[in-house]
Amino acid sequence: MKKLLLLLLLNSLLVTGYAQTAEEQGLAIATEADLRDQGFGDFRATMTMLLRNKQGEESLRHMKTRVLEVADDGDKTLIVFNQPRDVKGTALLTFSHKVGDDDQWLYLPALKRVKRIASRNKSGPFMGSEFAYEDLASQEIEKYTYKFIREDQLDGNAVFILERYPVDKNSGYTRQLVWIDQAEYRPQKIEFYDRKKSLLKTLVFRDYQQYLDKYWRADEMFMENHQTGKSTLLTWEEYTFQTGLQDSDFTKNSLKRAR
Amino acid sequence: MYRLYLLLFMLVTSWVQAGEWSGYLALEGRYFFQEALDPEQEDAGLSFSVEPEYYHEWQDGRQSVTFKPFLRLDQHDDQRTHFDIRELQWTYAGEGWESVIGVSKVYWGVTEAYHLVDIINQTDLVENPDGEQKLGQPMVKFSLERAWGTLDMFILPGFRERTYPGEQGRIRTHPRVDTDQAEYESGAGNKRTDLALRWSHYFGDWDVGLAHFHGTGREPLLYPGLDHNEVVLTPFYELIDQTSIDVQATKGEWLWKFEGLYRQGMLEDYFAATGGFEYTRVGVFQSDGDLGMLAEVMWDEREAQASTPFNNDIFLGLRWTANDEQSTELLTGVIYDWKTESKLFNLEASRRLGQNYKLSIQARGWIDISAEDVLLPLNHDDYLQVELARYF
Repeated sequence: MKKLLLLLLLNSLLVTGYAQTAEEQGLAIATEADLRDQGFGDFRATMTMLLRNKQGEESLRHMKTRVLEVADDGDKTLIVFNQPRDVKGTALLTFSHKVGDDDQWLYLPALKRVKRIASRNKSGPFMGSEFAYEDLASQEIEKYTYKFIREDQLDGNAVFILERYPVDKNSGYTRQLVWIDQAEYRPQKIEFYDRKKSLLKTLVFRDYQQYLDKYWRADEMFMENHQTGKSTLLTWEEYTFQTGLQDSDFTKNSLKRAR
Repeated sequence: MYRLYLLLFMLVTSWVQAGEWSGYLALEGRYFFQEALDPEQEDAGLSFSVEPEYYHEWQDGRQSVTFKPFLRLDQHDDQRTHFDIRELQWTYAGEGWESVIGVSKVYWGVTEAYHLVDIINQTDLVENPDGEQKLGQPMVKFSLERAWGTLDMFILPGFRERTYPGEQGRIRTHPRVDTDQAEYESGAGNKRTDLALRWSHYFGDWDVGLAHFHGTGREPLLYPGLDHNEVVLTPFYELIDQTSIDVQATKGEWLWKFEGLYRQGMLEDYFAATGGFEYTRVGVFQSDGDLGMLAEVMWDEREAQASTPFNNDIFLGLRWTANDEQSTELLTGVIYDWKTESKLFNLEASRRLGQNYKLSIQARGWIDISAEDVLLPLNHDDYLQVELARYF
């Protein structure tokens, strides 16, 4: 009898679970993924991009990044270029916001000039790579609406598949299909659909490492453009978390100092 | 004693090795379309320049040393052949403050065509007639970063004279400027210590800067003089007080820009301003490229008596950024003086070649320059410049 009651209870729970709309389910998964990454404080890392065109010609980008978590708003990010050498010392400071345009300043070392730039160009390529600015920006929940599609398997792991739709009209995408593993809620694969709703790019995350026993970061992100045949392999190295970065390390003045 | 030298040598070498070197070497060719006014001048020439940079930081980047010398060797112009220390500075930054001691460079302002309020560094005019290249300025700079903004305080010991092309050089006045005969209003000459103060901050999508400069003005007045029996122009540097404002509003695809100043000097006090917009369309013509449209107005209260050619002018320009792997860029435009109807055409383009080379092209033409315009002597100096730089 007790067993039956329990079964009934479980059943009703499941029913209420299913009563959730696909949108609510999608948002719940995105919220859980976001929650699991909260509290990292700050981190530093180096990024290497290997750009390859259809003819197989390669070029290299190398940069350093620093990220500061901001409670109740988007993160602050500083990216300093080291390669190619003609842009060495060029630095980009972004204050991302959950709602509305991000604030962005670009430092040009040859003129020692800090320029406030229009952050609307989210869909534009980052340094000629297959990553758009919006692909690398801080992924806030509020930047998309969500829809749960189904559960599936990816490389032998149980995953959720969601669709998300950018809120910003200036996004280069109409929708993204995201594979998130059920064990740790990490994105494993993203398909990007362009403004004409055709498949534009696929991003694959590889070799996740865990930092501070909590935060997962992929060592490699491989972006392939299906329309141009170009690809970019982004390799993350020298991750260090909670390094004591503060607001004063993310100012227009610090942009000029950053290396 | 010998041991001490050896120890010092080892210390210095280990320290130098601890830092990093970067920079570039460049070969530049210029071709002038018209015959020069002066038979001493040439119609084409080559030039070589090098700008290495040494950088060393410690204490997690809070302290750093930068050394950036610059050398140009010009085929014809002995004044354009020059050496300068662009930077030799020690930076020490703490939480909410920063100090810079040494030779450094500072930029103020927001507009594109004419950099009106930028005053800390002297223009290295032989480098480029656009005035964007600057000489290193000795300074002690202390900055405070607070919730109410950033306050920069400058003590600027020593004055740098503006460079001018020599007798064989193109893009110059006729007669030439004789920099050896520079004179100063200040009794201290070029040893005077100037002062400057700047507050800057941002409020949402508005960036604002207010500044005051007290000292020897960077822009000389040119008076006729004699060098032996040759008529020349001699620079005279007056003492000025300049109060300026620069503002940019970043509204989506629109950047609205304004720079204004009030300058008090020995001869006269005047207002000057420049401002306009840059509107950018992203992903134009089904490409990844951005196309920007720029329009700026330049005004000077002194009108025809102004020491600058940009007194009653309008700038219209186009900026194309391809966003490709080679970072291809193009900026072209015209500055039109609505009083004298003089026109200055300008084109700048650049593209990376391979991983370490960069090719830059520059073309300028001075068209219908009126006899009243200070640009008159440049009427015969339309040129095309091609530069190939190797970065390391």
